Amino acid sequence: MEAFMNSPVMEMLTDPVLYIGLGYGLLLTLQIAGLSIALSFVFGTIIGSMRYTGLPVISHVATIYIEVIRNLPTLLLILVSYFVLGLPAMWAATIGLTIYTSAIIAEVIRGGLNSVPTGQWEAARSQGFSFLQSMRYIVLPPAVVKMIPPIVSQFVTVIKDSSFAMAIGAYELMFKGTILAAKYWRPAQIITIYLVISLVYFIINFAISTVARRLQTKMSVGRGGIGD
Amino acid sequence: MSEIIASIGFLQQGPFSIPRWEAVFSNIDVLWAGALVTLLVASLGLAMALALGTVIGVMSASHWKLPRALARAYVEFYQNTPLLIQVFMLFNAIPLVFPGLFIPVIVIGIFGVGMYHGAYIAEVVRAGIQSIGRGQLEAALSQGFTYVTAMRYIIIPQAMRIVLPPLTNQAVNLIKNTSVIAIIAGGDLMYAGDSFAGRYGHYGPTYVIVGLGYFLMCFPLAVLTRRLEERTRAA
Repeated sequence: MEAFMNSPVMEMLTDPVLYIGLGYGLLLTLQIAGLSIALSFVFGTIIGSMRYTGLPVISHVATIYIEVIRNLPTLLLILVSYFVLGLPAMWAATIGLTIYTSAIIAEVIRGGLNSVPTGQWEAARSQGFSFLQSMRYIVLPPAVVKMIPPIVSQFVTVIKDSSFAMAIGAYELMFKGTILAAKYWRPAQIITIYLVISLVYFIINFAISTVARRLQTKMSVGRGGIGD
Repeated sequence: MSEIIASIGFLQQGPFSIPRWEAVFSNIDVLWAGALVTLLVASLGLAMALALGTVIGVMSASHWKLPRALARAYVEFYQNTPLLIQVFMLFNAIPLVFPGLFIPVIVIGIFGVGMYHGAYIAEVVRAGIQSIGRGQLEAALSQGFTYVTAMRYIIIPQAMRIVLPPLTNQAVNLIKNTSVIAIIAGGDLMYAGDSFAGRYGHYGPTYVIVGLGYFLMCFPLAVLTRRLEERTRAA
């Protein structure tokens, strides 16, 4: 027992430096992911609605954006934001993730709106509902039910992909861990650090995935047949 | 003509100037080599992900507790931690646990994306199996089909329809995610582009061509995904 308590791994795990370092890393990870999610939600809604309108130029611009960005690696978009746009590392990571996630959320928004049959629109309009009223009372309620679970599970992807920011030297959780792994150089210590980081990501993402799954079941049950 | 070009500032200097484009195109071989590595990692990674995903998917759809619990643990761990950490674990942990064992970065990349996307494919396979009602199998067996022929002619053709669109979608994500091995100097398209761009500062044109490379690999699969989705919906 004593030998274990004095082992390099325990020595590291009782060192506050480890937790201070990883704590700061986690803060930046959450900052990058949180900002990206908020921005992507705004831009994704705009781009998704643009594509949904079907208006000539507007929907074509949105379609091209979505189709191009969806087929590019997130890492490339982060590198472009850093080296070509010349943004500071934290913002390059945020913008790179936002460019990608907006395209994904745009498709979710459009898919949700499209899932409401046009007959419902026509029925609402024929009963004297205005455009906004039909949206608010007829189209959006079932559409939003379809959109929420995939958007929440996209949060998990954003948090995981924020680790790509280490490629441009943003001191987020993954990069902080790698730096600490160089400080505590013993094999067992390095493996332990990566296990600790995995655990941190896992706890956050597992909580979000569980919420997404609950929402999916709850919403499809509550709506009787609307969920897939 | 040359005067007109000379008068346009951004063609002469800046991140997208003509000399930079020329420099990239005269070194295009470097990017070709990287694209081949990406294709190699992606195709072997996909084969591994399909094999792992099928086994784990069948396990998590089974009625036995232990295989189901193991499959759930695998899927939850791999879906909720970043691919980058998993690749770093393989990269750092294997030489530490087995000193002297040398594993090429490409192999680490194949295992990394294979195990990661295996978890996603397992979920697709599980959903596919569970979407076919038990009654179908029972009906087939009662009509004299053996288990294997029932699977072959009744269950699998129906499950394939449901499983194929998300599978091709996973293939697109897998190709994009192979770019992660650039961070551990994997020699893939992203790495080739990034190290070339970094050496001379030709970031703009290099990233455009690298992006085009990934787009050409992924877009046909994305179109195929949509076609299959439409066919599934029509059925």
